[in-house]
Amino acid sequence: MSHWIILPIVLPAFLAPFIVLAARYHIGIQRAVSVAGGLALVAIAAGLAWQASDGTITLYQLSDWAAPFGIVLVGDRLSTLMVLLTAVLSLFVLLYAIGSGWDERGRHFHALYQFQLMGIMGAFLTGDLFNLFVFFEVLLIASYGLMIHAGGNVRLRAGVQYVLFNLLGSTLFLFALGSIYAETGTLNMADLAGRAQMIGADATAGIRIAAVLLLLVFAIKAAVVPLHFWLPSSYAEAPGPVAALFAIMTKVGAYAIIRVFTIVFPPDLSVTADLHGALLLPAALVSLTIGMVGVLAARKLDRLVAFSVIGSMGMVMVAISLFTQVAIAAALYYIVHSTLAAGALFLIADLVRAGRADLELRAQPPVAGAALTAAAFFVAAIAMVGLPPLSGFVGKLLILDAAYGTEHVIWIWAVVLSVSLVSLVGFSRAGSVIFWKAEGIERPEEAEVTPRPAGLSYVAVGGLLGLLALHTVFAGKIYDYMDRTSAQLFAPAPYIAKVIGTPGKMTRPKPEKVEGTDKALTGDGETDAQPTEEH
Amino acid sequence: MEFLVASAVGVLTATGLYLVLRLRTFPVIMGMSLLTYAVNVFLFASGRLTIGAPPILQNGVETYTDPLPQALVLTAIVISFGMTAVIVMIALGAYLGSDDDHVDDPAEDDTPQAQPQEDQA
Repeated sequence: MSHWIILPIVLPAFLAPFIVLAARYHIGIQRAVSVAGGLALVAIAAGLAWQASDGTITLYQLSDWAAPFGIVLVGDRLSTLMVLLTAVLSLFVLLYAIGSGWDERGRHFHALYQFQLMGIMGAFLTGDLFNLFVFFEVLLIASYGLMIHAGGNVRLRAGVQYVLFNLLGSTLFLFALGSIYAETGTLNMADLAGRAQMIGADATAGIRIAAVLLLLVFAIKAAVVPLHFWLPSSYAEAPGPVAALFAIMTKVGAYAIIRVFTIVFPPDLSVTADLHGALLLPAALVSLTIGMVGVLAARKLDRLVAFSVIGSMGMVMVAISLFTQVAIAAALYYIVHSTLAAGALFLIADLVRAGRADLELRAQPPVAGAALTAAAFFVAAIAMVGLPPLSGFVGKLLILDAAYGTEHVIWIWAVVLSVSLVSLVGFSRAGSVIFWKAEGIERPEEAEVTPRPAGLSYVAVGGLLGLLALHTVFAGKIYDYMDRTSAQLFAPAPYIAKVIGTPGKMTRPKPEKVEGTDKALTGDGETDAQPTEEH
Repeated sequence: MEFLVASAVGVLTATGLYLVLRLRTFPVIMGMSLLTYAVNVFLFASGRLTIGAPPILQNGVETYTDPLPQALVLTAIVISFGMTAVIVMIALGAYLGSDDDHVDDPAEDDTPQAQPQEDQA
């Protein structure tokens, strides 16, 4: 059993306390350790993704306990892809945080950043629903600290809302887990897959409630309307680099929906078959609309970007709610695109903020380094709106193509195409007010001239935009990979067999091996317990 | 027993939800605590209610209580306790800083000379 797969969780978990305990007062050492950790994480994630790219499913049993009893980490194409995406995004965001000096404006930025990474990585890799809850909590706890990094009243108020909303979400998650456990007697995803199928058609009320509760929880994380209220304030008020890192957090929700609703409650499972179409698609279309109308209506640049995140999550959810192999592949392509684009946009909004009094969308004297910032904004906005030639256009095209031929095609095409126009207007307005009208405004004499943002900040933004360009250039190859990923998701049998079938402690021993002290434990028939077992 | 547990979960959840929907931080945090109590009892009951039965396998015992929900509840208690402490601290900071303990967004200032939202360390 290779230990590589647990490294994305263990490495940040060790780096964070090291930063707090050993390098507390040395920002230089903190930065060096953090960047080294980020680079190592990218390398590890790339290795894992390469390992999973041929369809291998890697199983890691913690302490060697067998699957339904112990906690397992599972690396398949989807989870390693998300891990790689997180690692790459976090490295660039980290560079920006260092370049812009955000990490010096409060305490423990780097430690919290590492804990945040640990939570996100764990959420992507775990194969157990309760463990998913725990990693959600890890990433949320770290995000509470990051969100109010550098303090300030407005940020603290937004932080209170953010924490409260997420606490409610966590409570709901626990209710969902309790219902699932009461119905099936297990929380391991692969084990649940088998048990959910055993539930008879006459006793579906409990499991349906559990499935809807889970869907609600993940929809809160993914900021699907009407559960999006936490997002605009908190993302807009969070420090720029933190908001950019948060771009991956909404994707954790999308990932969890894809994972749970392909393995545990697959579309062909009669008990929960009509859930996604009935609930998710309308909500997704509404979030797409509200997000992009919010882009048009926003009066501040950071809110505009936050609403564009809601809109792009709506787009992802439209694709996910179709739940066909093609649609999920399109959704995965769009998830990568929208994470990179949203991250870049939050960083650019922070670059703009550095040279202005505030981010209100009205003409102010030009920002320092305006030309480069404007160019970056132009590229990122094109990507986010989904105009050719960048990957947003390709992603949108894939989603429209996946919707073609389904019964909701008219709705999806109408909404997607019209809100694209709305968001285009919104972004053009914002860009022209901030960057073009600024040329006509004289800088007041007494105003101090803000220095140009550091070169490292531009390296980070440019890196993300470069990745977007690569995502476009290699769209064919990447889409092929997404398609294979999606195919693996829709054929969960190898995943389940791997998780359940790999022996470990507490596995029911083969008859010839029944001996020794653990015979009394393992012979008790827990492994072949029925789904309706009463304790 | 079942009725007692079920009504406890129901009453705690209803009270918690009502309080969470208030506008000021103190009732909202109280409501959050009640909700977490409700979910703890609910999780505990998800392994079925058994009285006086051992959780660990022993010879000659027929009925067992399910140990897993107890472990889950323990995790949930720790997390919710810590989170309550965190939210109290953040809410206190927000209250002391802006002298206002409303949870919702302050009314937007429409004038162009709106308070510049400068956040210094």
